[in-house]
Amino acid sequence: MSEAKRYILPESIYPVVLTRPSLDEPHWVAARNEELHIQRCKHCRRFQWGPEFLCHHCHSFDLGFERVSPSGTIYSWERVWHPVSPEVQPYVPYVILVVELDDAPGIYATGNLVGDPTVEIPIGAQVAAAFEHHDDYTLVQWRLAQ
Amino acid sequence: MSIRGATAVVGVGESEYYKHGRSPDPEFVLVMKAILAAAADAGVDPRTIDGFVSYANDRNTAMRVSNALGVNELRWATMQWGGGGAGASGAVQQAAAAVAAGFAETVVVYRGLSQGEFGRFGLMRTRHPNDSLRFAYGMSTPIQKFAARMNRYFYETGLDPATQRAVSMASYFHAQSNPRAVMKGRPLTVEQYEESRWIVEPWRLYDCCQENDGAAALIVTSAARAKDLRQRPAYILGAAMGGGHRSSAYSESVYDSTDFPTAEFKTLAPRLYGMAQVGPEDVDVVQAYENFTGGVVMALIEMGFCTPEEAGEVLTLENLTVPTGRLPLNTSGGNMAEAYIHGLELNVEAVRQIRGQSFNQVEDVEISLVCSGPMVTPASAMILGSEESL
Repeated sequence: MSEAKRYILPESIYPVVLTRPSLDEPHWVAARNEELHIQRCKHCRRFQWGPEFLCHHCHSFDLGFERVSPSGTIYSWERVWHPVSPEVQPYVPYVILVVELDDAPGIYATGNLVGDPTVEIPIGAQVAAAFEHHDDYTLVQWRLAQ
Repeated sequence: MSIRGATAVVGVGESEYYKHGRSPDPEFVLVMKAILAAAADAGVDPRTIDGFVSYANDRNTAMRVSNALGVNELRWATMQWGGGGAGASGAVQQAAAAVAAGFAETVVVYRGLSQGEFGRFGLMRTRHPNDSLRFAYGMSTPIQKFAARMNRYFYETGLDPATQRAVSMASYFHAQSNPRAVMKGRPLTVEQYEESRWIVEPWRLYDCCQENDGAAALIVTSAARAKDLRQRPAYILGAAMGGGHRSSAYSESVYDSTDFPTAEFKTLAPRLYGMAQVGPEDVDVVQAYENFTGGVVMALIEMGFCTPEEAGEVLTLENLTVPTGRLPLNTSGGNMAEAYIHGLELNVEAVRQIRGQSFNQVEDVEISLVCSGPMVTPASAMILGSEESL
């Protein structure tokens, strides 16, 4: 099967790269096991996303990652038609969703829409995570809930 | 404390503007040509420029520029933090602050781009820590970071999408009478706009700015000294930069803004108008940074020129263009149709409007406003005034 059929986007252009020191590694480890984990302050219990070394609310440095329901609603979207490089040409159009997580109101995750990328995107619609396994990492994609 | 009217822009200049990759000159030469032109325009000896400000990590450092000019004494060298063209008015604000505080006497603000020499920065291939959270999903370039904001804005406000087309067409309209404009001779019709291809929905090709080669510069000095120089001073009545709570959506993350669908002018607008002691109803002409048209629409609404509900009636081609529009916008052609000098050409045009030297001159301009960098923090804005406005 060609990479074009297996993945929404080519990993040669858009890989997951962990930097050191890493903030987001626990998220990617959990995704490997088909779970959605985001950062949560152990002191004030607020969720925080994207991750940071301290809590923006109480300034505690004692943060962890917690499992949340891999579900949410579409908060916003965009449909990419112009490929940033020729390698992306076979993959356009693709849809990027901004998803407000059910377990963490006001917290947004980003991922691609699984399925027909040309459909009208209904803001407010329920979506469920769809874990896209690559050889070395797993992406958290989203599909419209039935 | 206010520095209203304490400083003025006294010189403006630019290199020739080119399509990206077409400059025959190295970027540093473009910058030097712009600075020398601004100094000549002001009637100041370039060796007496003692302050240097730029933004967006301009490659042409204050050290090299001042050295090349043979500056007698370097007193001020600063770089505005933040993404892209959002820093243009903030850089002028830094110059005004330096002069008003007495840290320097004559400060130049400059920005140069030669993308043939250094590559297209719109591709944004540089990786930041932890950015796989968006990058791995194909969200890397500026338009990919901003388009979702606009779709949410449409959803929340019911804004008329035709306002975006009007913004684009106004820039192309004004460029037709500007000999400096790269898009002079290439007017834009409704049909061309509507039939242009999607780049990232909700934005088509003609919702996007150009990328260009060129440089622009402005010289700021004290109001007292400005009176003795060659040009009619454009007094800096107010300037402001900023963003809201956790608003730095441009850099590593797009997830953490408390206020997602915004151009980032909500917090700075009251400070800007308060310092300038004017309101949006007093503004005669507006230059608003166009990365993408929707950002301009949001910026104009957040700057108080209309509500989202009124936008469909206020933001029309007729109303945004000279000679009869009530809200003349981007009168040089701006980033879209004059040249993308990271927005600094908009600040130059705002000065020319105060002087009466624009190719699309608005009558009797007393108040001229620039807002820089929608959807990026810190966004920045400035208000210039004529002598009558003081």
